[in-house]
Amino acid sequence: MTFARLRERGERALMPYFTAGDPSLAETRRLVMAAERAGADVVELGVPFSDPIADGPVVQRAGTRALAAGASLPRVLELVAGLRADGLKLPIALMTYYNPVLAFGLKSFTRTALDAGADGVIVPDLPYEEADPLREEAEPAGLDLVQFVAPTSTPARVKVIARLSRGFIYVVSVLGITGERRQLPPELDAQIRTLRLVTTKPVCVGFGVSTPEQVAAVGKLADGVIVGSAIVRLIERHTGDPALIDEVAKFIAALKAPLRIQT
Amino acid sequence: MKTLPDARGHFGKFGGRFVPETLMAPLIELEKAYAAARRDRKFQARLNALLADYAGRPTPLYHAARLSEHCGGARIWLKREDLCHTGAHKVNNVLGQALLAARMGKKRVIAETGAGQHGVASATACALLGLECEVYMGTEDVERQALNVFRMKLLGAKVIPVESGSKTLKDAVNEALRDWVTNVRTTYYLLGSALGPHPYPMMVRDFHTVIGKETRRQAQRTIGKLPDVLVACVGGGSNAIGLFHPFIGDRRVRIVGVEPGGHGIATGRHGATMTAGHPGVLHGAMSYLLQSDDGQVAVAHSISAGLDYPGVGPEHAYYRETGRFEFVAITDEEALEGFQALTKLEGIMPALESAHAVAHAMRLAKTLPRAKTIVVGLSGRGDKDVHVVAKALGKSVE
Repeated sequence: MTFARLRERGERALMPYFTAGDPSLAETRRLVMAAERAGADVVELGVPFSDPIADGPVVQRAGTRALAAGASLPRVLELVAGLRADGLKLPIALMTYYNPVLAFGLKSFTRTALDAGADGVIVPDLPYEEADPLREEAEPAGLDLVQFVAPTSTPARVKVIARLSRGFIYVVSVLGITGERRQLPPELDAQIRTLRLVTTKPVCVGFGVSTPEQVAAVGKLADGVIVGSAIVRLIERHTGDPALIDEVAKFIAALKAPLRIQT
Repeated sequence: MKTLPDARGHFGKFGGRFVPETLMAPLIELEKAYAAARRDRKFQARLNALLADYAGRPTPLYHAARLSEHCGGARIWLKREDLCHTGAHKVNNVLGQALLAARMGKKRVIAETGAGQHGVASATACALLGLECEVYMGTEDVERQALNVFRMKLLGAKVIPVESGSKTLKDAVNEALRDWVTNVRTTYYLLGSALGPHPYPMMVRDFHTVIGKETRRQAQRTIGKLPDVLVACVGGGSNAIGLFHPFIGDRRVRIVGVEPGGHGIATGRHGATMTAGHPGVLHGAMSYLLQSDDGQVAVAHSISAGLDYPGVGPEHAYYRETGRFEFVAITDEEALEGFQALTKLEGIMPALESAHAVAHAMRLAKTLPRAKTIVVGLSGRGDKDVHVVAKALGKSVE
C-alpha cells in the first residue's frame, strides 16, 4: 500500500486532484503523467457533474468546461485505461457524484473501473447510510470505496466511517465546499487525533489545502494531503498556454517537497 | 397502511439522504427537532393560530359552476390556496419551518427560489418572526421575476443571484446547499418543496397536509361525499402532496398529478419528470429525474417558473411506482388555455402552475358524468404571471 510504504520512508502522500476533461481529456492525460513524474503519490480524478453540490466555484467552473468538452463517466473511465496504457503506476481514485454511477449501473461501473485500472472511488454525496448498494459491488471486487469524515461528524459516526472506509479515510478539514482557504482550521489537529484513536487506516486531508506551507502543516498530522482547487485554478489560468504542463508539474513538485522528509 | 417514510427517510426505494457527510449530523438534528416540535402542543397551537389569523386558513372549497357548465361533465371544485396570504400554498410550509428555525435557536434562514414565490413566502415568515433571511435565486430568474426580487427586498431579505449552471431553480438549490454546508451551525435551510434529503420531504408534506385535511372536511360537508378525483400540478410536488396525502387510503378517490409538458414531450423542452425521466439522485434524494444517458441532470422547461425543475419529490415517485398516483403532462399552450378559461368564466386568475391542473381537470371533466366531482388544487394566484401570459399571447403590457 502506498501510504504504508511512504510512512516507512518518513514521507507523506501528495494527492493532486484533476477535473477530468478540463481543458480536454487529452490534456488531462498529459497532466496526470506529468504529475507522476513531479512526485505525486496518488491521483484523484474528478468526473464532471452538472450539479456538484460539494464543490466551490473553481471546481464548478472546471466541471462546466469539461462537460462542454465532452467529458462523462464513460469517457473518464476510458481515460483511466489510457493512463495505464501510458504506463502510469500511481493509484487512481475516481471522484464522482452518485448519479453518473447510478446511470452507469453499480455493477458495470465497478467492473469497468477496475478493468480500466482504477483503485478507488470517492462519492461526496454518498454517506454510509446510503452506500450499501455500491459497497456490496465494490468491496468484494476490490475497488476501494473511500468515506468522508467531516467537522460535524459525531464520535459515533466517526467510528462507523473509520470501520467502513477502504483505501484511506478522507478528512474534510473545513465546514464547507472545496476551494482555497487562507488558513487551516485550528480544530484539524484535534479532529485527526480523535480519528487516530479509532483507526489505523491512512488518513488524508482535503478541502481548503492550497499552498506548500499548508501542505507542510497538514503533512505533520496526516498520511496524505489532497490539493484540488489550487491545481485546477492553475490549469484554468494556463489553458491554451504551451507552458501548462510545466507550470502544473512545477507546482506539484513544490507541494510534494515538504512531504518528503517527515519524522 | 404503513407510515412513510421509514426511519431513514425512504419511501420504498426513493428518498433518503444523499448529501455530503458534513450535512448528515445536522439533518439528523433537524429530524429530531422537528419530531419534538410535532409533539409540542404549544408549537402546534402557535402554528395553527398563524395559519388561521395570518395566512387566512381555512381556504374555501369553491364550486366552479360556470367552468363546469362550460366543460359539460363532472363538477369542478377549486381548493382556493390562491387566497392564502402571499398568494399561494407556500405559506403553510414557511410558517411551520420558520417557527421550527426559531425554536431551534437559528437566527439566519436561507432559502432557494425559482419564480420567487417561495422566496417571498420565506421572506414574509422571517419578517414576521424577526429572522435574518437570504434567498438564492438563479440570475435567469432574477431577470424574469424582477417584481418578486423587489418584494423580497422590501420584506428585508437579501437576494443572492446564482450564476452557476443553468442559472435557474436547480442551481439555486445547489448554492443554498453549499451555503448550508458552510454555515450549518448557525443557519436554518428553509427548503421550499417536498424534496431534498430526509426529513424535508416528510416535513414539507406534513405542513401542507392541512390542504387535504380541510378539503376532506369541506367535501363531506358541502358535497356530501369525498371527491371522485383530485388534480394538482406537480413541480417539486408540495401542494400536490399536501392535497393528496390525506386521501391516499381512500382507494375510491382517483389521484392525478399534472406535470409541465412545456413545448411537448417529443421536443425535449419540458419538465415532465415522471413522464420522461428515470430514477436518479439530485439534491439529496433518490427520485425520478430528467437526465442524460450518462447521468447528467437535464435542464427543465416550463412556461411556469414554479414547475421548471428536473426532479420531483420522492413520495410522488413512490406512489407513481405503486400505481396510487397517476401522472399526466399538460403543455404550455394548454396551461395558457386553462388560465384564460378560469379567468373569463370564474373571474379567478390562477398561477400558471395551477393553470396546468385546471387545464387537465377541464379535459377530464368532459369524459366524466355530472354526478362526479373533481377537486383541483388551485395552488396560487396568477398576478405574478400576467406579464408572462401577455408575452405568450403576443400582447404588450408596457
